[in-house]
Amino acid sequence: MRVALFVTCVNDAVYPATGIATVKLLERLGVEVDFPAGQTCCGQPQFNTGYRHETEPLVRRTGRVFEGYDHVVTPSGSCVAMIRDNYPRIGRRAAAEGRGGELAEVARSLVPRVYELTEFLVDVLGVTDVGAYFPHTVTYHPSCHGLRLLGLGDRPRRLLEAVKGLELRELPGAEECCGFGGTFAVKNPDVSAAMGTDKVRNAVATGADVLCGADNSCLMHIGGILHRQDAPLRALHIAEILLSTEAEPHL
Amino acid sequence: MSGTFVGMPAFPKAARDAVRDTTLRGNLRHATHTIRDKRAKAVAELDDWQQLREAGKRIKDLTLRHLDRHLLRLEESVTAAGGTVHWAADAAEANRIVGDLVKATGETEVVKVKSMATQEIGLNEALAAEGIHAYETDLAELIVQLGDDRPSHILVPAIHRNRAEIRAIFRDRMAGWGRPAPEGLTDNPADLAEAARLHLREKFLRAKVGISGANFMVAETGTLVVFESEGNGRMCLTLPETLISVVGIEKTVPTWQDLEVFLQTLPRSSTAERMNPYTSMWTGTADGDGPQTFHLVLLDNGRTDALADDVGRQALRCIRCSACLNVCPVYERAGGHAYGSVYPGPIGAILTPQLRGTTSEIDASLPYASSLCGACYEVCPVAIDIPEVLVHLREKVADRGGPGHRLEKAAMKAATWAMDHPGAMAAGERAASRTRALHPRRPPGAGAWTDSRDLPELPAEPFRDWWRKNRT
Ligand code: SF4
Repeated sequence: MRVALFVTCVNDAVYPATGIATVKLLERLGVEVDFPAGQTCCGQPQFNTGYRHETEPLVRRTGRVFEGYDHVVTPSGSCVAMIRDNYPRIGRRAAAEGRGGELAEVARSLVPRVYELTEFLVDVLGVTDVGAYFPHTVTYHPSCHGLRLLGLGDRPRRLLEAVKGLELRELPGAEECCGFGGTFAVKNPDVSAAMGTDKVRNAVATGADVLCGADNSCLMHIGGILHRQDAPLRALHIAEILLSTEAEPHL
Repeated sequence: MSGTFVGMPAFPKAARDAVRDTTLRGNLRHATHTIRDKRAKAVAELDDWQQLREAGKRIKDLTLRHLDRHLLRLEESVTAAGGTVHWAADAAEANRIVGDLVKATGETEVVKVKSMATQEIGLNEALAAEGIHAYETDLAELIVQLGDDRPSHILVPAIHRNRAEIRAIFRDRMAGWGRPAPEGLTDNPADLAEAARLHLREKFLRAKVGISGANFMVAETGTLVVFESEGNGRMCLTLPETLISVVGIEKTVPTWQDLEVFLQTLPRSSTAERMNPYTSMWTGTADGDGPQTFHLVLLDNGRTDALADDVGRQALRCIRCSACLNVCPVYERAGGHAYGSVYPGPIGAILTPQLRGTTSEIDASLPYASSLCGACYEVCPVAIDIPEVLVHLREKVADRGGPGHRLEKAAMKAATWAMDHPGAMAAGERAASRTRALHPRRPPGAGAWTDSRDLPELPAEPFRDWWRKNRT
């Protein structure tokens, strides 16, 4: 099987290790991975801040770049949610504004082919045991977009439970938002930080050494607080945990 | 603190003070988490919850689509049942109508059923200016009124107060409004309720005019419906000689049968009860029973503007259950006052800017008072996609410009340009990576982010360079 990786702009620039782990993990599972170089950003920051028109060129670009791939896989729940929920909306509104059906067509074609990484592993490849080994205690933060918009449900948990050596600890208040919310973190810094600090307190209380998530934007925010507080746990993307094996362990 | 929200600072600033008030945060956290868990249990009891939610959404949408017709039908039914209907385009007109009606009775006191619409138009203040005292009779509203405070929650207006604070308010303030608090009042809830009961009873027995809102108005029969927990509302609805109800036009449902859905979804969503203790319904007037004069003031006050917006209009489906407030992580930390309106929380963030417009600083900041986590949408019993409306309203605010937004728009345009030119984006990433040793994790000027969070360390190279070197 051949898939296109949509690495996302945040992972490309700040968290390449997550992109690399996604590539190597998929290859280990027998999937051929392509990285169409014309890809950039799904447009979520623009759209969610109220700049729908500024988002449209990125919708067009994303549609064009991933044309012809049956599966587009991305290690970012919120970017999938952006494409699934908002691309059709952007298309509908453009059509309603008398600007034709081009954007709606992009959405119609792209939406059914886009998968968040854990969705792709569990639903398309049908695996939960990816042969990983990670001898740490881990707690999982589900992220709002994964939890509520994508309905990832227990997929990440099933993948983590199958990892050898990994002990999963329940995160109290797991379903509560960490307070990132894109520009919310900057426009409402006090509330955002208060939410993040509560999330960190709950994570620390689990006694885990790793806080795992499937969305690096949330992990950047939570990780920033962990780092500032010198907390005894680190934030790590699920792809990096799933890549770790006995032969090549992630440290 | 005064009873109005005029001149409020923007949400982020108002929220900052609330975040730092540890008593307030403790009160809110405890209260919202308790009710949120109870609601989840009450809702889980119904196998057909999702169908009820969908039915509620459709009934409201259908009604809104033909609201003009349903309102005329309602006017006809209410009039036929002995009531008088008045139409108020805005707050000033509604206040004037109510003030004139009260003055015509010759009374200078009215008792009030808890009502969001009358708070929205500032009726108590308008009546006070005419020399009419309006007494709030809902326990929490009484606490707010006696404390010269503002409501901070739709259902539990005094949610920001704890028992000790309430005791102090009763002890210090009741005497100024009527019967004083009993000697030696404790902060035991039963004692506090008894003090309120004694204080209010005197008012119920004396009042000749009652003022209410309504949760629903049934067009086919002209029936108004009030849901409440205490029974104080029923006192106001039945004891006075004259009853005046001020109701937003969107509270209409076409038929009696439509109530079936909301009778199930509203109590479970709001107080987590299978049924609320008091559901009062009245149709015009009845000889020798209850108020002999009934006036209905139908309030627009921005609602038809909201109705004209095809994305924003879903906010008019709201049945004011407050479930969205109770699950909202932002409300929990910022408190209700920060929203600068009688409608706080997620619903306030989408309703207030539609009813009042976005010209003031606070109203323009409300659509951004959310991390878009979606918890509100998930619990809303009429499936209002609050995040969708928030983003839609952000677009309206951004389009209008304003100093901050002009800069932001330029930045967004630049970002889109860079993202639409992968070569430029890659060059930027590479430059950032190469100079990463020079990047402090708490750079000056990045305060909004770095007051409480460090920036991530930049990697040695962006992903696309790794790919080029290792996979091509
Ligand atoms: S928006 Fe929905 S959840 Fe919030 S108060 Fe209105 S009906 Fe209830």
